[in-house]
Amino acid sequence: MRVAVVGVGWYGFKPVVPELSFREMMFEAAVRAYEDAGVDPRRDVDAFISCQEDFWEGVAISNEFAPEPIGGALRPTITITGDGLQCVGQAYMMVRSGVFKVVVVEAHAKPSSIVTLQEVYEFSLDPVIRTLKIPNPLFQAGLDAAAYMRRSGASREHLAMVAVKNKTRGLLNPRASHSAKVTLDEVLNSKPVVYPLTRYEIAGFTDVAINVVLASEDVARRFGDKHVWIDGVWWATEVGTGAIEWHEWGRMPSMRMAALGAYKLAGIEDPLRQTDFAEVEDRFSYMELLTLEELGLGGDGVHRLLEQGYYNPGGGYPVNPSGGSLSIGVTLEATGLSRLLEAILQLRGEAGGVQLKDVRRAIVASWRGPPTYTSAVAVVSKD
Amino acid sequence: MKPNIFVKDKVAIVGAGLTLFRRRLLETPRELAWEAAREALNSAGLTLKDIDCIVVGSAPDAFDGIHMKGEYLADGSGGFNKPVVRVFVGGGTGVMVPVVAWWHVASGLCKTVLAVGEEKMSHAYPHPQGVFAYIWDPILERPLGPNLIWIFALEMRRYMHVCNASKEDIALVSVKNKRNALDHPAAQAAANITVDDVLKSDVLVWPVQLLDISPVSDGAAALVLASESVARRVTDTPVWVEGIGITTDNTHWFNRDLAYPRYLEYAARMAYKMAGIERPWKEIDVAEPYDPFDYKELHHIEGLMLARRCEAPKLLREGYFDRSGELPTTPSGGLLGVGNPIAAAGVMKVTELFWQLRYEAGARQVKKPVHKAVANAWGDLMQVGTVIVLST
Repeated sequence: MRVAVVGVGWYGFKPVVPELSFREMMFEAAVRAYEDAGVDPRRDVDAFISCQEDFWEGVAISNEFAPEPIGGALRPTITITGDGLQCVGQAYMMVRSGVFKVVVVEAHAKPSSIVTLQEVYEFSLDPVIRTLKIPNPLFQAGLDAAAYMRRSGASREHLAMVAVKNKTRGLLNPRASHSAKVTLDEVLNSKPVVYPLTRYEIAGFTDVAINVVLASEDVARRFGDKHVWIDGVWWATEVGTGAIEWHEWGRMPSMRMAALGAYKLAGIEDPLRQTDFAEVEDRFSYMELLTLEELGLGGDGVHRLLEQGYYNPGGGYPVNPSGGSLSIGVTLEATGLSRLLEAILQLRGEAGGVQLKDVRRAIVASWRGPPTYTSAVAVVSKD
Repeated sequence: MKPNIFVKDKVAIVGAGLTLFRRRLLETPRELAWEAAREALNSAGLTLKDIDCIVVGSAPDAFDGIHMKGEYLADGSGGFNKPVVRVFVGGGTGVMVPVVAWWHVASGLCKTVLAVGEEKMSHAYPHPQGVFAYIWDPILERPLGPNLIWIFALEMRRYMHVCNASKEDIALVSVKNKRNALDHPAAQAAANITVDDVLKSDVLVWPVQLLDISPVSDGAAALVLASESVARRVTDTPVWVEGIGITTDNTHWFNRDLAYPRYLEYAARMAYKMAGIERPWKEIDVAEPYDPFDYKELHHIEGLMLARRCEAPKLLREGYFDRSGELPTTPSGGLLGVGNPIAAAGVMKVTELFWQLRYEAGARQVKKPVHKAVANAWGDLMQVGTVIVLST
């Protein structure tokens, strides 16, 4: 049984959304998605999933606030604490079980109203590591980046090239608030925040609410004609945050496992040939290269291909034509959904200034960010 | 929602495990999760290598003081190089864990799932109730400084008023469950008490008294779920998951009639429809209604349609819900007797039904023959109902 995305809606994509609360943003995104899909949430939708984490919300049981803004009151509404793409995976399973026909996935982020964002990040570290009082909770990303560079032979220039490519590309995307005209020199000459990553190579934060409506093949035809199919979606956790000593530094096995799972479901053997572009994790510049490698989109010489412009929008295999998270920003648990949204708009031909020509199938890959080693990958197609 | 004739793969529970439920256990949350997970794997005769997917359940992150608690618990729950998700619907998480595990298997995408519920409440300082100061609407309710027991006192009072139930009637639940728990090896709050003891215990928020309420606990519980083909291979007595139900009501608990859990009835109807159960009060043989407070068991018995509205107190007096009764409820001892590590407590209820349906509950085994069973959990701001129906 195939599963389709029949509607998407979003609100925000700005560093600060002062005019609405997170609940109002959820409502705005939901209304737009239901209008896009042509569904009545009170009649047509069988279940609602919200992707959120308590500490981001500042509420001890955040699921309490999930149902009302998305039309899920007195209906099956649940919270999965994971990246939005993991929730899409849950919705995919629910539809494939045959019991649920239409499932809504919602994720939202309002980092602008989190006063103690750094401390929240610190609380996600293992309590033993927390006692070391490491000044920047993103240190794991720096360690991984350095290990990746040593293993692959990629230099700081390659990492900076990713930042330049994505930040510049984002200027064409109205949803990319963190885009900027930067040059390689500017990136390389700025001081690393966490070595080797400079501030241009670490994505900023963005407020957003995103809503995606999924439906099984047999009912999808009732809802509009802008379907994008989820050919496969899978996720994996390498190790828990309490066991980062087991992590394979400089690699992202969770991404590889998630990709293999998604490829298997989608029947993909050669992703470079069988897909047209990818929206992949790039909240840190090195993650784009590492993710491409783990996804099998260029072997272990991805930085050489990057050099040659292979991953540019007009290149052999466009990667992050939206500008990626470096341009759009990290949207907490909505990060995976924001990338899925960009891929869906591309496939529908609604991507505006960043639209690619003749694209039919795409890979979306998302990581939950430090200090986790959890990733999710989806393969989406137009037909 | 369609009945389960469309379900691709039948789903069975093939193993269950439990840690001790205690206050201030010395194990870390990860160790607790693994202890339960290992016991569940052992009881199914499987190892971690045989498990395809992991579902973790745990209630507020603030109890452990760890952000992204699901990620922290992942490897303790067996999630090492595996797909892991954590589900969190407040107190309803416990039963939600096997429900989420159910669709992992029913979708045909996982053959075996390890479903773990873990909670460590006791290291919240000075008291885990402090965590509940942050569950309220930040604008309307938090400035009032409400406490979770307050709103449950309102609900209990409303139930007593509408159903004309007395404190004595309700105390009987506590007496029954704490006595049932005497036979449970993991129990934390088992006791042989009388109605008088309950009525003489400290008043917390009238009408809720100390013995009306479940304790603060640490613990973990785990289940192994498998597709039909795997289940037939690893066990002669699989317990089938016949129905699942979920309903979340709106946030505004103060706008609802608290005398009846409508959200639970909706969830139960969904589960019964899937299971093909039309008259639950006749067809269900044993039940584990969620009982963090003694009145909640009666409330949930009615919400699960195992008794007519306001009829539960009368049936309880008659011994209808005893282990030797017509429809035994909470034969494990429940949250009142065994303990209430939130997410683990809900999973514990399902482990109990698993053992009851396999006639492995030992001294806790109910008198009557059992084929169909139901468990529920309840959470958030008195708004979540999660239901699972099992059968042999």
